[in-house]
Amino acid sequence: MLDATPKEFNERTSGGMINPAKTCQPIGAMYAALGVHGCLPHSHGSQGCCSFHRMHLTRHFRDPVMASTSSFTEGASVFGGGANLKTAIKNIFQIYNPEIIAVHTTCLTETIGDDIPSIIKEADIPEGKVVFHANTPSYQGSHITGFSNMTKAMVGYFAEASAAIKKEQVNLIPGFVNPGDMREIKRIAHLMGAPFIMFPDTSGVVDTPMTGEFVMFPKGGTTLGELGDSGNSKLTVALGRFASSDAAEALAKKCKVPAVTLKTPIGIKATDALVMALRRAFVREVPWELEEERGQLVDIMTDTHFHFHGKKVAIFGDPDIVTGLAEFAVSLGMAPVHVLTGTPGGAIGSDVGSFEEDIAAIVGQAGLKANIKAGGDLFTLHQLIKNEPVDLLIGNTYGKYIARAEDVPFVRVGFPILDRSVHSYLPVVGYRGAMRLIEMIAGALLDRQDRDAADEDFELVM
Amino acid sequence: MAMTLEQISEMLAKYPVKVEKNRKKHIVIKDSAAGRQEIEANTRTIPGIITNRGCAYAGCKGVVLGPLKDMVHITHGPIGCAFYTWGARRNKARSEDPGQNFMNYCVSTDMQESDIVFGGEKKLAKVIDEVAEIFKPKAITVSATCPVGLIGDDINAVAKAAEERLGIPILAFSCEGYKGVSQSAGHHIANNGLMERVIGAGEREEADGKYPINILGEYNIGGDSWEIERILEEVGYTVVSVMTGDGSYEDLQNAHTAELNLVQCHRSINYIAGMLETKYGTPWLKVNFIGVAATAESLRNMAAYFDDPALTARTEEVIARELARVEPQLEQYRKLCEGKTAFCFVGGSRGHHYQGLFAELGIDTVLAGYEFAHRDDYEGREVIPEIKTDADSKNIPDLHVSADERRFRLKMSPERLAELKRQIPLSYYAGMNADMADGTIMVDDLNHYETEEFIKLLKPDIFASGIKDKYVVQKMGIPAKQLHSYDYSGPYAGFNGAVNFARDVSMGFVSPTWNFIVPPWKDEPLLTGSVTEEGVA
Repeated sequence: MLDATPKEFNERTSGGMINPAKTCQPIGAMYAALGVHGCLPHSHGSQGCCSFHRMHLTRHFRDPVMASTSSFTEGASVFGGGANLKTAIKNIFQIYNPEIIAVHTTCLTETIGDDIPSIIKEADIPEGKVVFHANTPSYQGSHITGFSNMTKAMVGYFAEASAAIKKEQVNLIPGFVNPGDMREIKRIAHLMGAPFIMFPDTSGVVDTPMTGEFVMFPKGGTTLGELGDSGNSKLTVALGRFASSDAAEALAKKCKVPAVTLKTPIGIKATDALVMALRRAFVREVPWELEEERGQLVDIMTDTHFHFHGKKVAIFGDPDIVTGLAEFAVSLGMAPVHVLTGTPGGAIGSDVGSFEEDIAAIVGQAGLKANIKAGGDLFTLHQLIKNEPVDLLIGNTYGKYIARAEDVPFVRVGFPILDRSVHSYLPVVGYRGAMRLIEMIAGALLDRQDRDAADEDFELVM
Repeated sequence: MAMTLEQISEMLAKYPVKVEKNRKKHIVIKDSAAGRQEIEANTRTIPGIITNRGCAYAGCKGVVLGPLKDMVHITHGPIGCAFYTWGARRNKARSEDPGQNFMNYCVSTDMQESDIVFGGEKKLAKVIDEVAEIFKPKAITVSATCPVGLIGDDINAVAKAAEERLGIPILAFSCEGYKGVSQSAGHHIANNGLMERVIGAGEREEADGKYPINILGEYNIGGDSWEIERILEEVGYTVVSVMTGDGSYEDLQNAHTAELNLVQCHRSINYIAGMLETKYGTPWLKVNFIGVAATAESLRNMAAYFDDPALTARTEEVIARELARVEPQLEQYRKLCEGKTAFCFVGGSRGHHYQGLFAELGIDTVLAGYEFAHRDDYEGREVIPEIKTDADSKNIPDLHVSADERRFRLKMSPERLAELKRQIPLSYYAGMNADMADGTIMVDDLNHYETEEFIKLLKPDIFASGIKDKYVVQKMGIPAKQLHSYDYSGPYAGFNGAVNFARDVSMGFVSPTWNFIVPPWKDEPLLTGSVTEEGVA
């Protein structure tokens, strides 16, 4: 497995990727748009983009992922895609009848410079129906940037400060996480008695129940009314700097909704931060139910700390998720030694910046040092692991090649997970999500210990 | 349950007029009394229609080039296109030298905005250098994505310069996603490049064993090719190369030494098959290794071609032995499948091939179609002269080859060849329509709306298609079988594959999970009681 990867580092200055740890903007935009109720994401580009994105999202969620395409031809690429998009809009409303179409661009349409707002203006849109768009050039950032851009577009198009005084409600921007995570974040907000608007919200869209009936636009998703009303909230909590803070800032600018950006609430510290933010904002004491959950988590962490303490872990994936995982690994007494994301680290297009600083701060507080890389690839991660082996690898499905090559226990967290199911239904966020992470990590480590133990060392009680 | 033209018209009436007019031509109800039935195919999908189709890049790099294991495949473009064709198609490959098996690697130039503005040629050249330095592959391919053609990067010039610099073949493929109307354009582009640069580049004049053949259009999804090769080798054939499942640059170079080319997926590889015949005089045989009967027939046709009594005898021996082995296994599954109906909508060959296997299990295919095939895949190759080129097909140049002066050799007398062509599908494909039963439906480029409508009308027991519609169909309570990825099972080809397929399809029918769809409280009123003489208890 991966036998062509040498241990010695090669100087690579081309900027090319070998075994990427990111993909392109449009898939993130498509996923975000699915989190709007009654919305059909539309890919303005070649057919392959839409097909690839639907394929990957469907494999990750194992649920229908509906989206349409402008089906570009060579002619459209030369003369512009206006006619394609207008035809598409007309056909989509007549045939599939969504409430909303969310158009995102691709590298093709960005390169030829299609002016989407002008095209939408000229399009034949039935009364009461809505078309909005986000520019998502595939040659900037990553799928996380695309998610962020589409979320920001929801603010730009729909949020309105229509009420004279802000309402006692909070906007929760969950970031590029699974519907199971979004449900958990909402549950915590409910427990805290905090009225909220979550956007985007893919729960009830890509985790739909089996009923014997296919529903093209299922019950879930943030409604247009809620998106509009987000401008009246008294606070926005953006979870994850990379996926969510742009939308929160846009909302602050457009509707004067104060924004706070927190880490994706993975692990005890980040969940505490979310709970504290809601507690402060709504002046509500944390209910026993949540305090009990937290106490249970700490109990488990204490009871099992010896499984984790000092274990070396490599973590890769999307920056917000990786940040939360690294922080939780440290909370468990583990040592993150390689931490990598494929997404560029700071401002769009830049390789350096906040991701590396964030992770350095997290491991630094524990007196540890790590190889930290933004804008990296899995070829690099593999070489890092070859040079400094780890006890555990955490990341998306693509990590399985490295895990097998280096015989390292592997825990799947993040996007995409293509070879296991249920992951999108159950949370990794919140106190309950942290318990689940502990179960997954301990399971992987102890299964390995069992596998490698001699008969006389094979223990019943661990 | 057959469908009438009126029902189809009613279904299409929901479309805007232009769409209705267009889609009508892509749907045919088989009627053998009507003579030749024309179907429109390989034309543009109308924007906004939720299609299963992909792009030229997917067909070129994703399908045809990707499985070649000893080459490093570089995608020149933004990151996504490379990412989505990394391990996503189940084209298995093993290698005696694992250090030269690049199947689990994904290389992208990861174009950034500055590359779009100032050009990506320098970056591509650097990536090629790095890849050559790290992996030391025998050859490299470069596949273009949409922006590459738009900004005018000359990937051919970059590849040529790198080739001179590095001393290994570097093949450039201009398979920008917007070319053509589907993956099909990409197959053609890949075929041209492999024919021009790889096939015949080897030094060998003769194959290593007896009855040397190539298997074309077999991508080793789920190990299909390994099962086919197992059977062929037992009969006594020498497999020179497979295009391109578990294939290699090394083997492809000497593909000219084969005495016969087998064509499994006609759509994706018929260009190479035709060019091999022109250049080396090697005919191709349309085979179908899906299903027990089709596999046996393909083996018998091959034996007829080589016309050697020992080979024929060995062929019958292997067929008899394999049938005796798998038939009892199939029989137990047949009991679960008998009398059921299927939709079979897949890429460019499987939509046809799997109908035979379904039939062997007692399942009737009531609707079938291709995602990206051409008219000849439906109507047979005799329609090729009639197919008009349009703005989209014109953009994919035909590669013109001529007879190789040194290596061209007729494999038999023209008289015997003509005689053989009357008996077996030699350099000929009859298409899907020939095997469709009257009253069944062919749909080209089936889309989401039609999928839902046809299911409501025809209520199939199983739907064979891909990942994008799988869960749509299953939500409707109907088992969906992915025939692109086999739902991560396989092989489905050959004798063993038929058993695997029968097992998997039966599993879909009898899985207990279907019984749980309706919760018990939907079938029972909330309040229950009984009326007695005294009143309600």
